[in-house]
Amino acid sequence: MTRITVTVDGTRYTDDVEPRTLLVQYLRDRLGKVGTVVGCDTGNCGACTVHLDGRSVKSCQLLAVQTDGHEVTTIEGLANGATLHPMQEAFRDCHALQCGFCTPGMIMQAVDLVTENPHPTEAEVREGLEGNLCRCTGYHNIVKAVQQGAGAMSGGQS
Amino acid sequence: MTALAQRPANPVVGESVVHESADLHVTGAALYTDDLTGRLTGLLHAWPVGSPHAHARVTSLRTEPALAVPGVVRVLTGADVPGVNDAGVKHDEPLFPTEVMFRGHAVCWVLADSLEAARLGAAAVEVDYEMLPALMTVEEAIAAERFQGARPVMTRGDAAAAMAGAAYVFSGETTMKGQEHFYLETHCSIALVDESGQVFVHASTQHPTETQDIVAHVLGRPAHEVTVQCLRMGGGFGGKEMQPHGFAAIAAIGATVTGRPVRLRLNRALDMTMSGKRHGYHASWQVGFAADGRFVALDATLTADGGWSLDLSEPVLARALCHIDNAYWIPDIVVHGRIAQTNKTSQTAFRGFGGPQGMIVIEDIIGRCAPLLGIDAAQVRERNFYSPGQQTPYGQEVRHADRMPRVWDQLMTSATVDRRTAEIAEFNASHRHTKKALAVTPVKFGISFNFTSYNQAGALVLVYKDGSVLINHGGTEMGQGLHTKMAQVAATALGVPLDVVRVAPTRTDKVPNTSATAASSGADLNGGAVKAACEQIRERLAEFAAKRFGEPVDAVRFEGGTVRAEGSAAPPMTWAELVDAAYYSRVQLSAMGFYRTEGLHWDPVTVHGVPFKYFVYAAAAAEVEVDGFTGASVTRRVDIVFDVGDSLSPMIDLGQIEGAFVQGAGWMTMEELVWDERPGQGQGRLLTSAASTYKLPSLSEMPAVLNVSLLEAATEDGVVYGSKAVGEPPLMLAIAVREAIRDAAAAFGESGASVDLGLPATPEATYWAIEAVRGGVRDGGVTTLRRPT
Ligand code: FES
Ligand code: FES
Repeated sequence: MTRITVTVDGTRYTDDVEPRTLLVQYLRDRLGKVGTVVGCDTGNCGACTVHLDGRSVKSCQLLAVQTDGHEVTTIEGLANGATLHPMQEAFRDCHALQCGFCTPGMIMQAVDLVTENPHPTEAEVREGLEGNLCRCTGYHNIVKAVQQGAGAMSGGQS
Repeated sequence: MTALAQRPANPVVGESVVHESADLHVTGAALYTDDLTGRLTGLLHAWPVGSPHAHARVTSLRTEPALAVPGVVRVLTGADVPGVNDAGVKHDEPLFPTEVMFRGHAVCWVLADSLEAARLGAAAVEVDYEMLPALMTVEEAIAAERFQGARPVMTRGDAAAAMAGAAYVFSGETTMKGQEHFYLETHCSIALVDESGQVFVHASTQHPTETQDIVAHVLGRPAHEVTVQCLRMGGGFGGKEMQPHGFAAIAAIGATVTGRPVRLRLNRALDMTMSGKRHGYHASWQVGFAADGRFVALDATLTADGGWSLDLSEPVLARALCHIDNAYWIPDIVVHGRIAQTNKTSQTAFRGFGGPQGMIVIEDIIGRCAPLLGIDAAQVRERNFYSPGQQTPYGQEVRHADRMPRVWDQLMTSATVDRRTAEIAEFNASHRHTKKALAVTPVKFGISFNFTSYNQAGALVLVYKDGSVLINHGGTEMGQGLHTKMAQVAATALGVPLDVVRVAPTRTDKVPNTSATAASSGADLNGGAVKAACEQIRERLAEFAAKRFGEPVDAVRFEGGTVRAEGSAAPPMTWAELVDAAYYSRVQLSAMGFYRTEGLHWDPVTVHGVPFKYFVYAAAAAEVEVDGFTGASVTRRVDIVFDVGDSLSPMIDLGQIEGAFVQGAGWMTMEELVWDERPGQGQGRLLTSAASTYKLPSLSEMPAVLNVSLLEAATEDGVVYGSKAVGEPPLMLAIAVREAIRDAAAAFGESGASVDLGLPATPEATYWAIEAVRGGVRDGGVTTLRRPT
């Protein structure tokens, strides 16, 4: 067991974990943060995407111990209280979701993309979200949502 | 117009609204079955002991070593089954087999305090096997004549006699591989036993009633002691229609023998290894054409690769037979169907349910024979469209046959097919190593379950004293937006705003004896039932309101949450005021609705009848660019025209069309299931058992341009609020992509070559097709038996 101290969605946790515990297991099984889901186990689908110190990571590809002393944000910590993050709002309004299983990961990846590139072109959105799979939507509305969300994040009209 | 199809003034149906769970999805608050595990105490985790052989007899099973693993609580074996040891409806799927039929087939299941202990326990179980010969491919099964289930034959006229008079006669074979569903949420069931000994199962299932039935028969209990609930699914696509039952039954046995909640969740590798997929098909055919490209006759044999057990293979085959005509009049026809038994997963429902397999056969025939006829494939397609009054080979009149040319013409114009075809010809003339092509294909898809009995649905609508409305219906939500549509139907029928209505999770103790949410019929069937229930309540309230207003009942209007009487000077009431007053006057505020689709009958033996309420019509134009060095293709632009009737929820329907199209394009161009077929240690292993090896469409394969438009003025009389089904038909529009790749491959050779292209048309398959035409192959693997001299 290894002791870690990590801030998740604004709350500090200190826990003893097995060194081999995956971050996603820690989030789901220990902290009950089930908003972050597992789609593939192999790092391909991006459903488990969260932020580590503000940058996106696939939480099935990271060990919980690697987050010791760091800050993790999950989809559950993205909204400001009852006010949705602009990217959440865009996914909702553009119908960029069907079964919703990929949605948390997509949104976390989209926020990371826009943080790095505030005005992504359609091609840049496609490339930036390439590591996130959606089996339902055919992606069309996801691209629209990311561009709308990017506009809103930079203070423009959504 | 029928009362069912008639919309009132200012209906809530027809508005584009966001998905009813959208807020939950974007915040991560939406719960899927596995998300409930943390809420349960004393939970046990289940893990299978899977067969390492494709086919073998279990000669001994020693479970004691597993019990020595710390944390292991129990190993479930056939001895623990109090009822029937069977997970299917055909009695050919033993839950605990003594003969394993595919690699990964679960022999027994280990229950433990942690998932890790369960896995270690499963590794400790000792099983001895006697290896048996395995059949891995449909071709091997055909050679060995290993078939299962019915062998239906669909006939009209005399195909042999007609063939004798045809100007052209060709023969060939068409094969297609299966498809993994890859719903992002893997299979999951959690079972608990309540204080009275009843069993409650949370399951990711498209068919809660059948899950309930199978759990009950495995436990040897009446259905009323088993409740199944499905909160929602992270995708289903048919993969959770039949496949969840056995997993739910294992969890239920575990919960009853241990008294503790049991969670059975497959990880991705297990899910892909153990659960059934879309059927691959093999077809051999002989086809006769007239000199102008019209079909004269077709004689075909379709062989489904059923995998180890029957599952839904028979109804899937029935739908394949019923869609081999696609949109075309084939005067004399005989089609034989059979199901091969192979040592693979039990292949099952997948969006389209055999329809795509049947349709691909005829489109493959056209794609390969058109060059041999010397006629453009699009023209062959158009010339063969059904005319009004004609019947399908199974004897159903093609209702609204005129919509097919309407859809086609609209698409030809909106996609500027003629102009772009000319531009592409110019491009190809000046590019040696890259070729483009534009192909247009139609879809006609029959809506309703082939099996008439399934075309029924129930709903329970509750209006509470404060005016809020709760809908329970038999359909399940897997992302397709069914609950959203049902809320819109209820709001329309009651004349209230959408936010007054909430839809409850699907439960077998609220609405019994439901059908699977499948066959694209969820909105048609459950919408009919929800509307029927709401109308009973509205009628009671109208009578009550009429008295208060002192006007006749038919003057009462419900609209936008207010109730008034036409011609009355009395001020309108709010919906909530009326409901409150009605409660105190003892008016019943809940109702059970029921719907059955009228006019259907079907004989599966003669393959004849009227299985479908109506047909959905659509067409797609796809433009691709193919690289001659690698065979890689890029889809540049796709245009779709689709007939959804009067859409219940346009944004939802457009989403379904886009998603299904991309899923179809995935199957037809990149997703490839590869099993190790060679005899030996590896035989039967699914080599593509993860997203790292099974290529799913990602954002980079999205068409650069995707234009979807809905057919105008398309009310479907006889369906709830004039709408049509949308779930499955758009998947088959992706045939246009494969046909475009075929045409682009042909452009690498001398003009007029026929091209045999694999399905999936992966870069590799495309490369070999290009190599064939470059090498001078011009017959596309088609044998010409006769042509005009
Ligand atoms: S579950 Fe982590 S990438 Fe798929
Ligand atoms: S919405 Fe279902 S996987 Fe994306």
